[in-house]
Amino acid sequence: MPSSVAKPRSTNRRSPRRDGDGAPDSSHGLDLYERMALIRVFEEEVERQYKRARIGGYCHLASGQEGATVGAVHPLLEDDLLFSSYRTHGLALARGVDPDAVMAELFGREGGSAHGRGGSMHLLDFSKGFLGGWGIVTGQLPLATGAALALTYRGKPNAVMCELGDAATNMGAWHESLNLAGIWDLPIVFLVLNNQYGMGTSVEKASAEPELYKRASAFRMHGERVDGQDVEAVLGAADRLLRRAREERKPAVLEVITYRYRGHSVADAGTAYRTAVEIETWKERDPIALYRQRLLDERRVGEAQIEAIDARVEKRVEQAVAFAEASPEPPTDSLAQHLHGDPASAEQFARMGPGSPFGERELVLEGLGR
Amino acid sequence: MSVAAPSATTTMTYREAVRLAMREELLRDEDVFLMGEEIGVFEGSYKVTAGLFREFGPVRVRETPISEEGFVGAAIGAAMMGLRPVVEIMTLNFILVAMDQVVNHAAKIRYMFGGEVGCPLVIRTPNGGGSQLTAQHSQSFEVFFAHTPGLKVVAPSTPADARGLLKAAIRDDDPILVVENLQSYKIKGEVPEDPDHVVEIGRAAVTREGSDITLVAHSFAATRALRVAERLRADHGVSAEVVDLRSLRPLDTETVVRSVAKTNRALCVDEGWSTYGISAEITSRIQRACFDDLDAPVERVGLAEVPMPYAKNLERAALVNDEKIEAAALSVLGLGPDIFSS
Repeated sequence: MPSSVAKPRSTNRRSPRRDGDGAPDSSHGLDLYERMALIRVFEEEVERQYKRARIGGYCHLASGQEGATVGAVHPLLEDDLLFSSYRTHGLALARGVDPDAVMAELFGREGGSAHGRGGSMHLLDFSKGFLGGWGIVTGQLPLATGAALALTYRGKPNAVMCELGDAATNMGAWHESLNLAGIWDLPIVFLVLNNQYGMGTSVEKASAEPELYKRASAFRMHGERVDGQDVEAVLGAADRLLRRAREERKPAVLEVITYRYRGHSVADAGTAYRTAVEIETWKERDPIALYRQRLLDERRVGEAQIEAIDARVEKRVEQAVAFAEASPEPPTDSLAQHLHGDPASAEQFARMGPGSPFGERELVLEGLGR
Repeated sequence: MSVAAPSATTTMTYREAVRLAMREELLRDEDVFLMGEEIGVFEGSYKVTAGLFREFGPVRVRETPISEEGFVGAAIGAAMMGLRPVVEIMTLNFILVAMDQVVNHAAKIRYMFGGEVGCPLVIRTPNGGGSQLTAQHSQSFEVFFAHTPGLKVVAPSTPADARGLLKAAIRDDDPILVVENLQSYKIKGEVPEDPDHVVEIGRAAVTREGSDITLVAHSFAATRALRVAERLRADHGVSAEVVDLRSLRPLDTETVVRSVAKTNRALCVDEGWSTYGISAEITSRIQRACFDDLDAPVERVGLAEVPMPYAKNLERAALVNDEKIEAAALSVLGLGPDIFSS
């Protein structure tokens, strides 16, 4: 196989952070807390940087969803795969993608996870089994289904988790993907992060069946719903369904009820379609604050440990910003780089030149050879 | 590229040549597998995959439900994982419901993720009309894909090219649309016996040499162009050169331009609509590269700019046929009525 085609790794080590029984001990508790805190602080910094115009394009934040994100992603094994929608920063960080590479990608720098070609919606780290943030609603579902098919084709004992938003369950690709996963017995968990709104349209307005997990039953597939503000509850459900997918080749839908404090994107105040009271009510069940309190109440950790984590994630995010600032812009003459991967591409395009429109010869045809 | 016994050939149909390419590649590489509607027990709507399900089984020849967006996307996902799926779309018409997966996903994956992941996918599908299949089943809009950076598009017209280009596409690391043609499936021709013979992507073929006019075409229109070239010789003493593009993206402009520089006249023939079409692209490049060589404006023949009608006489009026191509060529040559001014 040519080196330009990424290959999955052959090992299947369990994450060292997991004890495998689904019940986090104190170190797990701190780990879950730290991951949630990192995402929160990271995204708050992203919004600041966006307002300073150092980050452009669409930028979808997920503050409030950290319990859902971290709880669902944490039980993935090293060789499991994760796909996500465009609200992708938290999922990437939860999967262990380097915060430096995420921030640099948002800054549009060569050091970014997609070398400045993808931006906020298109983070990816194949080495971490994070197969991308995808920008078209439901577009990632058929891809994730195919990745699960590839796992079975190669006889791998792993599973795919595919994140999507609530609104995606009204799209055709949702139905087609669940149907294929069902008839082909694919090891995949469709993770519906139900944050109550697809842009500004509520689930109740958009979905004839607003209890989204029930839609799995149309495909004789297991579906269940869990409280996304309780990270351990999400983790327990995700772990169970992922095991079932790996061991029994049974797909499932996991609907996680959660909320985004911010608007659909940073350009949306998020107040036209919901009340301040509603937002405040959800903030009373903030997943990070709830978990912090629980860890302290159950005497699983001490206040000092939590404060040390808070300080650590602040520093980590500062470091990510510094890395992004220092990372160079992609060279302008690399514009056509990565368009094709086959080594023969430059030769294949070599005869296209005569009569080329402006820029094609210099930027594309010659660029392919780089 | 093979160097062994290039002369040893077997006669077979285009359909058999496509099937042979798939069989050879399935045998060569375990990462290659087929997907599509009715390609297994049913042996393919046009019998292209006949026998392969029996030989390779349901994992290598995966039957899918009618679910193009789902299974094209699944093939893309499998390709991201390093497999080499070869997807059959029953006819090109049905790919529109998977357009988002092809254009928004397959074409963009490698670039959008900065080269970190690829998509060695092949989609093969027949275009074309002429069997009273009407508006939704008679189209040739391969230009939609040739328009899209990140995709490669090939459209062979002969059995040898059908096999050689499909094999090249399967071995290529990028997403490729292989356009076949319903009218071409029964064409017979010589096909090299060497299982490693491939036809290089991005190379047009001069399938007939001539000195008076260049006919530029692809897919079944290239077959028609050859027939018309013979008629032009027999009826009018015209020496027409035919360039079979074979590959639409990348496009071998060099071969087209070399031909037009020699003949000084060009007619582009395309079974699809001309407006904004493949022939528009070819014409633009010719006028730029051959401005001083041209003795007449570059002209185009394409499908009438209507959805395909059902009634036989109307369908005949809409389709590109040999008579229309001949009349257009004579007009470009100044040997017949001027059908392009007005």
